Amino acid sequence: MSRTPLDTVEHAAATPDVELPWAELGLKKDEYERVVEILGRRPTGAELAMYSVMWSEHCSYKSSKVHLRQFGEKAPESDAMLVGIGENAGVVDVGQGYAVTFKVESHNHPSYVEPYQGAATGVGGIVRDIIAMGARPVAVVDPLRFGAADHPDTKRVLPGVVAGIGGYGNCLGLPNIGGEVVFDACYQGNPLVNAGAIGVMRHEDIHLAKASGAGNKVILYGARTGGDGIGGASILASETFDDAKPSKRPAVQVGDPFQEKLLIECTLEAFAEKLVVGIQDLGAAGLSCATSELASNGSGGMRVTLDDVPLRDSTLSPEEILMSESQERMCAVVEPEKVDRFLEICDKWDVIATVIGEVTDGDRLEIFWHGGKIVDVDPRTVAHDGPVYERPYARPSWQDELQADDANKLPRPRTSDELKDQVLKLVGSPNQASKQWITQQYDHFVQGNTVLAQPEDSGMIRVDEETGLGVAIATDGNGRYAKLDPYTGAQLALAEAYRNVATTGAKPLAVSDCLNFGSPEDPAVMWQFAEAVRGLADGCQQLGTPVTGGNVSLYNQTGEAAIHPTPVVAVLGVIDDVARRTPVAFQEDGQLLYLLGDTREEFGGSAWSQVIHDHLGGLPPKVDLERERLLGEILISASRDGMIDSAHDLSDGGLIQAVVESALLGRKGARLIVPDGLDAFTFLFSESAGRAIVAVPRSEEVRFNDMCGARGLPATRIGVIDGDTVEVQGEFALPLADLRETHEATIPALLA
Amino acid sequence: MTARIGVVTFPGSLDDRDTQRAIRVAGAEPVALWHKDKDLKQVDAVVLCGGFSYGDYLRAGAIARFSPVMDTVIDQARAGLPVLGICNGFQILTEAHLLPGGMLGNDHLHFICRDQKLRVENADTAWTTDYTAGQEIHIPLKNMDGRYVADQRTLDELEGEGRIAFRYLDVNPNGSLNDIAGITNAAGNVVGLMPHPEHAVESLIGTGRTDGLPFFTSILKKLVNA
Repeated sequence: MSRTPLDTVEHAAATPDVELPWAELGLKKDEYERVVEILGRRPTGAELAMYSVMWSEHCSYKSSKVHLRQFGEKAPESDAMLVGIGENAGVVDVGQGYAVTFKVESHNHPSYVEPYQGAATGVGGIVRDIIAMGARPVAVVDPLRFGAADHPDTKRVLPGVVAGIGGYGNCLGLPNIGGEVVFDACYQGNPLVNAGAIGVMRHEDIHLAKASGAGNKVILYGARTGGDGIGGASILASETFDDAKPSKRPAVQVGDPFQEKLLIECTLEAFAEKLVVGIQDLGAAGLSCATSELASNGSGGMRVTLDDVPLRDSTLSPEEILMSESQERMCAVVEPEKVDRFLEICDKWDVIATVIGEVTDGDRLEIFWHGGKIVDVDPRTVAHDGPVYERPYARPSWQDELQADDANKLPRPRTSDELKDQVLKLVGSPNQASKQWITQQYDHFVQGNTVLAQPEDSGMIRVDEETGLGVAIATDGNGRYAKLDPYTGAQLALAEAYRNVATTGAKPLAVSDCLNFGSPEDPAVMWQFAEAVRGLADGCQQLGTPVTGGNVSLYNQTGEAAIHPTPVVAVLGVIDDVARRTPVAFQEDGQLLYLLGDTREEFGGSAWSQVIHDHLGGLPPKVDLERERLLGEILISASRDGMIDSAHDLSDGGLIQAVVESALLGRKGARLIVPDGLDAFTFLFSESAGRAIVAVPRSEEVRFNDMCGARGLPATRIGVIDGDTVEVQGEFALPLADLRETHEATIPALLA
Repeated sequence: MTARIGVVTFPGSLDDRDTQRAIRVAGAEPVALWHKDKDLKQVDAVVLCGGFSYGDYLRAGAIARFSPVMDTVIDQARAGLPVLGICNGFQILTEAHLLPGGMLGNDHLHFICRDQKLRVENADTAWTTDYTAGQEIHIPLKNMDGRYVADQRTLDELEGEGRIAFRYLDVNPNGSLNDIAGITNAAGNVVGLMPHPEHAVESLIGTGRTDGLPFFTSILKKLVNA
């Protein structure tokens, strides 16, 4: 058997006519021609491997880039922003010298193929992004979307995803403090597994992904590099260059949380000793990404000897090593005199660490294999100058018809009994039911700083034990609203997350997003995407909360059927003293319940229209971001000044859902009175935005009313905390025990 | 004067910093111990904390039991050094044969994290004198492999000698035999339990209860009065 000669740069220049499998690697013809033009010759196999992964939709954002620019262009002035879009994760100043980094990412496709590992490595990836900024990870959140709750495949995917998130996150010692679980048939073949993480550091500890200073060493550390997660590289390696090798390797990576835990501790120890000049985690596109990004963000070039990369499988080709997505690896740039100490720390934690290259004077990224130069590129052309597409987009032909199908015209309950039955149906429906069966598989307590965790409106973590400084995070996104109107839907997601943070008493500071959509090659989907981005960018500008980073996941569709456009928005907030946080649970009998905000007849996309009528049509609730901001200010002031003892935002399911949740969590009932000007049905089920319920101690009622009156926020007294039923006067009374049974039995019955 | 209480960090330990905080909150001085180091740094007591030592590969606690630090812990525990094993620490203590029995996977096969009600059965151990026998407390529980098992003779012995320190109430969260949540050795210096008292020492954090604090005040009083 004869081996083809190593495809070095020299060899490539001498053999211009060699056909390369660019199409199989996912490059378009014009993209390949552009690579040839950039290099002035055909690429080597290794170069092609790098360009093909780095220019993929996932890494280059080539379809979304032209729209995402708005997040920068419309970014509001914010003193809090320390590091913005483009780094591994954004960084926000939360005061007292602390900085917080946070980000949400998707791991949708792998989680459908292999739910446990797909979800687990999703957690692993986002956590490495956080470490790479210099921060200690302190919490994770998981916004999840699954197909219909009673579909047999949901029973395959959901338990695997939940076990994977738990299996990885629990083993890393990260409390899981929030997220969502939503069921909808549109996600049947495309579940969404988004993973978010927060990290905390001191301002001076912020690290960036750049390789500077000629002579500095490039150290690869963590797990050995294996053949997992390669996908396209196998084509390149086995079919073109050496057909004697095994070609099928698993495309989903396999995670080892224990290795990642060691990676966290050893990286933080190296940071503490100021040993690191620049750092990058190895995620999508593996070494191709890490080397090209580090080099292109730095001041010089980089030379790497690929032979020095520790391997799990000695038969891997250089192309495969460059493309491998083996988990739990990081790349650090370290000054030569600090290398020994860096390696010592790795050794202490039993982490393999190897010098694989160094920063050079030039501006080229050069990679060597068996003595031959197999890559010689300008790293910027790989990492940043990928193709940019202005994909055509057009408002879908069906949009008008969908919006005309008005949910407000659906038949409503005619009697008190019907109303009561519908309340029970809603609180027991999969989307509104308790998710305790899921969340109890996640550790909420580890690290000993969890102030609030799901099912609270936002998760809250104490940052400083002495001062009580804390941060809160909420993630929200309603695909049904976004389907009806993507611009408004994205703003509603932002408004809800913002409100959820404020409800707990924290001041919203910044935003991260995970934009989950169908195929960008479908103009209708592209329109949804463009509208959602425009809505979110406008909304963030108005609320003064800049987008610090995020992630786009496209091609979430099966055949012609795309998922609902699902922009998931995470809002990060800060609270001066976590002792002042406001919980969801009712605290004390006799406290007065107030409804804040305006209630209108808004049922488009509502939980009621879905559960009772299996209907999606009309328009989503109106957004008034100035109102959201005012509501937020009132909730924060009331919390700080001790005027409210519990609060809950109103969103899907409306007021009755919120009251039932607060009652069940607090083990205290409520008597509600339908306010003047509203009918009982609208009062209970409307999903008007910009609303919350709060419980006001009687001693604070005057002060609270004065504050709302002075600021112009409608505040309506709607009842009192009392007894062991949830009663709507003149309509019905439901015992807490019945509500609990209905609310808590659904998910275990479907999935356990 | 206060007491010095060591907290061992194994690779994969997760609750080491939390346990150190709980010791501080109780008024004692936490001392970090390292798994590769046989030296216990003159501590008066040791806590083996929760986590997934060595990834829990092979079997929870099975590898940690052979680490250098455990050589010293085992010797000194037999000589009377107070040792508390929490969750993974409990698993390590059974693997090290400082406590009888062992732990299997939860009977429902899922990780479980909940605020767990317990009854204090033995308030005479080194770690439980600030409780009263029969007291009902809530302590967070979080584990994958928490199902306590032992042969009948061992169970009879534990029951007969009053060595069951804590029992699950209301819900048996993992299928443990005799609802056992924690046990003590005959001398009362070595105690292991699955729930996490270090997560219940501050009114603001976690479940908002402080029912776990007496573990750390019990040992502090014992050591300071000794």
